[in-house]
Amino acid sequence: MAKITFITRDKQSITLEGNAGSAMALAVANGVTGIDGDCGGVCSCATCHVYLSPEGLERAGAASEIETDMLELDDNANEFSRLCCQIEISDAIDGLVLNVAR
Amino acid sequence: MKTSTFPDPFETARKEDGVLEIDDQNDKVTMLLRHKDVRKTAHNYKSFTSETQPGRIVVPSEVSIRDTRQIPFEVDPPKHGAYRALIEPWFRRPLDPENQAKLTAQIESIVADALCKQTVEIVEDFALPLQSKALTLLLNTPLEESETWISWGTHVFRSEGEALDGDKANVLYDYIEAQLDRTIAQPGEDLYSVLLNSEVEGKKLTKEEAKGVMVLTFAGGRDTVINAVTNAIAYFADHPEGLARLRQEPELIGNAVEEMIRYFSPLTQMGREVTEDTQVCEHAIKAKSRVSLCWASANRDEGIFENANEIVLDRKVNPHVGFGFSHHNCLGATHARQIMRILLSTLSHQIGKIEILSSEDNIEDWKKYRRKVGYHQLTVKLSPLNK
Ligand code: HEM
Ligand code: FES
Repeated sequence: MAKITFITRDKQSITLEGNAGSAMALAVANGVTGIDGDCGGVCSCATCHVYLSPEGLERAGAASEIETDMLELDDNANEFSRLCCQIEISDAIDGLVLNVAR
Repeated sequence: MKTSTFPDPFETARKEDGVLEIDDQNDKVTMLLRHKDVRKTAHNYKSFTSETQPGRIVVPSEVSIRDTRQIPFEVDPPKHGAYRALIEPWFRRPLDPENQAKLTAQIESIVADALCKQTVEIVEDFALPLQSKALTLLLNTPLEESETWISWGTHVFRSEGEALDGDKANVLYDYIEAQLDRTIAQPGEDLYSVLLNSEVEGKKLTKEEAKGVMVLTFAGGRDTVINAVTNAIAYFADHPEGLARLRQEPELIGNAVEEMIRYFSPLTQMGREVTEDTQVCEHAIKAKSRVSLCWASANRDEGIFENANEIVLDRKVNPHVGFGFSHHNCLGATHARQIMRILLSTLSHQIGKIEILSSEDNIEDWKKYRRKVGYHQLTVKLSPLNK
């Protein structure tokens, strides 16, 4: 069980609990604004872009090469970006805060 | 080779040169074949514009058959973003549960009818009606309208290889013109009405602009969806184990749809005009000439996709560009994905076996390459699932 907090662009803070699956799926299931998850989580649409804190990034782990290549061509991406369909929920990321990019 | 195998005609050129030059009505097009180049170029609208003479970025070029600018397709940022912001919410309507329920009912009824008939020609008698009926939901027009669109047949605005048919395109333009006039006289709650009633950058959308959106919605979503649907049926005929797997693991349906879009790449390529002398993968490209983003080749790039020439239904990471990439990525993708997801789910629950009785491939023939995109006809026998 992990608690994950999404902070939307209009500064709403939504804390959700999940056991498995991706952070994107959790956000979509709960209607978090700005996380659309159009491609269902296969890393092809970038509609699940979030920013993490440096500590958060350390816990969630770095992006894979495929994900990095995708983010490189996103004008809003920076070194703290992740595609949250590629963040698997587990105890290890309990308390993670994700700032929604769109 | 199985009927449902779609060979990759670009492999050698992609590995060796990264590009393929084709001749389109006496005008050279440099096709970009590598995943990385395709995505980078799609992103770089300043050097590779969509906003040139209407019809020019399409391959084969439609310059000689139309003057209407298709919107938002033939507009660059930042104006592109303004149009897109206006129509994007409408194109997300397929996510609405009520719309999903209606689409599910449509597709279930089409599959049930096909099961009753047993022997069905999929392109004209299954995929075309399915695509047309589903479009009435996206446009929020009466279901009866789909009868007109079905009556146009599959060849109405299809350009096969290099052949273009202006008269056929006119069927669509005349129809949309009439619909817009009807809407001006009597606005309703359909997409035409929403468009004619909206503003972009403080100015009311003109009839010509609305026409540009509507033509694109009809043309962009027709053959692409018909091919995706038909090719999926062919795939399950050859791979009954795939249907069984989706029945047991419905959570894979989303992955399966993305994978089919990657593998089939219903839209082979889309062009851009080069605005300044530049280079793509060591090839010099002159200002004013055309490049094309070959989605179909990028989607088989062996450097990105393992077993690129196979459908791997549960492919987890799948950065395909079947719906395009970056600014102009497909606006109809939400609709197309819903159609495919519901279709796969319905087939997995209703169909036991699909047998191909006869088929004729639809091949794009450009001399430099020949690519199978779908079927002219695919006749199958359907058997229900014994529950
Ligand atoms: C499986 C089906 C489909 C495929 C494979 C597909 C593919 C594509 C691709 C590759 C692009 C990018 C073009 C470019 O970069 O210039 C695109 C754009 C577009 N598609 Fe689709 N499409 C499909 C279905 C649809 C449907 C159903 C509609 C509408 C009903 C639609 C409407 C559009 C529009 C409006 C654009 C232009 C978006 C823009 O310029 O911002 N497409 N499509
Ligand atoms: S949901 Fe599509 S890239 Fe994450």
